Amino acid sequence: MAMFVLALVVLVGWKLFQGSQLTLHKFGWRFLVQSDWDPVNENYGALPFIFGTFVSSIIGVLIALPLSVGTAIYLTELAPNWLRQPVMMLIEMLAAIPSVILGLWGIFVMVPWLRDWPFPFLKKTLGFTPFFQGPIYGVSILAAGIIIAIMILPIITSVSREILRSVPDSQREAAYALGATRWEVTRIAVLSYAKRGIFGATMLGLGRALGETMAVTMVIGNRPEIAKSLFAPGYTLASAIANEFSEATTEVYLSAIFELGLVLLLVTIVTNIVAQLLIGNFGVGKRVPAGH
Amino acid sequence: MTLNSIPLSRLAGQATGIEASSVTPSPVAFDVRDLNIWFGSHQVLFDVALQVPARAVTAIIGPSGCGKSTLLRSLNRMHDLVPSARMEGRITLFGEDLYSKKIDPTLVRRRIGMVFQKSNPFPTMSIAENVTVGLRLNGLRKSDLLQERLETSLRMAALWDEVKDRLNAPAISLSGGQQQRLCIARALAVQPEVLLMDEPASALDPIATAHIEDLILDLKKEFTIVIVTHNMQQAARISEHTAFFYLGKLVEFDTTTKIFTTPAQKQTEDYVTGRFG
Ligand SMILES: Nc1ncnc2c1ncn2[C@@H]1O[C@H](COP(=O)(O)OP(=O)(O)O)[C@@H](O)[C@H]1O
Ligand SMILES: [Mg+2]
Repeated sequence: MAMFVLALVVLVGWKLFQGSQLTLHKFGWRFLVQSDWDPVNENYGALPFIFGTFVSSIIGVLIALPLSVGTAIYLTELAPNWLRQPVMMLIEMLAAIPSVILGLWGIFVMVPWLRDWPFPFLKKTLGFTPFFQGPIYGVSILAAGIIIAIMILPIITSVSREILRSVPDSQREAAYALGATRWEVTRIAVLSYAKRGIFGATMLGLGRALGETMAVTMVIGNRPEIAKSLFAPGYTLASAIANEFSEATTEVYLSAIFELGLVLLLVTIVTNIVAQLLIGNFGVGKRVPAGH
Repeated sequence: MTLNSIPLSRLAGQATGIEASSVTPSPVAFDVRDLNIWFGSHQVLFDVALQVPARAVTAIIGPSGCGKSTLLRSLNRMHDLVPSARMEGRITLFGEDLYSKKIDPTLVRRRIGMVFQKSNPFPTMSIAENVTVGLRLNGLRKSDLLQERLETSLRMAALWDEVKDRLNAPAISLSGGQQQRLCIARALAVQPEVLLMDEPASALDPIATAHIEDLILDLKKEFTIVIVTHNMQQAARISEHTAFFYLGKLVEFDTTTKIFTTPAQKQTEDYVTGRFG
């Protein structure tokens, strides 16, 4: 099984590599650092997509992480037994919502709401920083980050929960015996023991976030720009591939799309490997994240 | 020795499980009365009553599964953390009801140090941090005071000389015996009144065990110590009083000399002479 997955990944990577020969030769490393994406003049730079991918993913992780870890702590350390299973099931149901449905909800419910309430509020309170300036369209990198947070919440929560559950009770007892309160036990015995694993869970969530396509495409605005403001529309590698491969009429254009795919594949693989290495130490989470 | 040769008066005393006057001339630390403990519907301790003398070592012996750890953990309210555990009875420490509604269980545990069978230092903390963590929980921040207590505790645990040059090394870089002494230092640092030890040397080699035993003999000058052990020689070497448990009942509680030379109960005699268990 592991061999099969490895072979598949190598094969896909090789195909992407072959498919992107044209742009690899034509632009070299410039492809990664150039910010023009101009199919008409056959000039291709992936920087806006790389930027959009990372910024939206990082926003997603920053939002999801405290919520997920908080929930995982609540579920393993605090919640009464009868409540644990139902809450976890609810969270796992969130993961079962198809991306496109979440995207629809994003467009018709979340984005208008963000545009009318939270975004103007952010602009008023944090508008002095460059990140919350400029016109508010609703569709934006920030909206994409929020959708991503919703999508990666279940995975980070459930892996963190397994990590926390793998903390030996002898660690908790050591802290309790010193007269620690529940919260102190969680802090000194549980979280410090689990922090590497939780970092791994976060990386796993990041891996998901980077490749998330459908829902993000629907709320990010799809404009290959690099703007400081999080209210501005953006574009991600995955969205660009999904949107533009059918329009890629020239060979160079197609090659550029393939190269975007190659970049995305490499980035997600590296992230996932790091995540698995961190989590693997805890003897849990030996799961391969599902693709999109 | 057969059951028939035991004077009736002794038997009567044993039937209640205590013989306070003959056993405890020194002040009483723990006074356990009518203690019954269940896990779910499974009763583990039956009507246990015993008085643990202060500033002495009391050993708890008995075959495995007889409820020794369960008794020990009731003394610092560790069962509060096990949802299925239920307790009846009364336990006082120096006259104060440990299970009173008014008392905060975390404060109880702060007064009563505990050392576990398997050493459990905090792996992400250094040697020094492990020792001072309880103090820092109590809000102690002054570094010279922490430093002082760090040294005192490590000295009391007979570990200072071995670690004084690497206090900031990770706790898990120590050997098994050192880790257990580190756990003892950690328990001592918060200056508890009592030290509970659950087979603290059972995972250690003979040299490390001897270290721990010497340490216990030293500590009993200042602390009340209750130690669970399955090692009869160890109980004989270090304790003044010994309680023998069998199937959740306190069979006999007396001076260690008595338990090991002229026990009142046949079961005790069989156990200490190695005929079962
Ligand atoms: N947390 C628990 N939940 C359920 N049963 C327990 C628990 N702890 C101990 N027991 C049961 O209580 C009995 C006594 O255990 P214990 O006090 O650990 O014995 P000892 O320390 O003498 O070996 C055993 O039958 C054990 O299975
Ligand atoms: Mg035990």
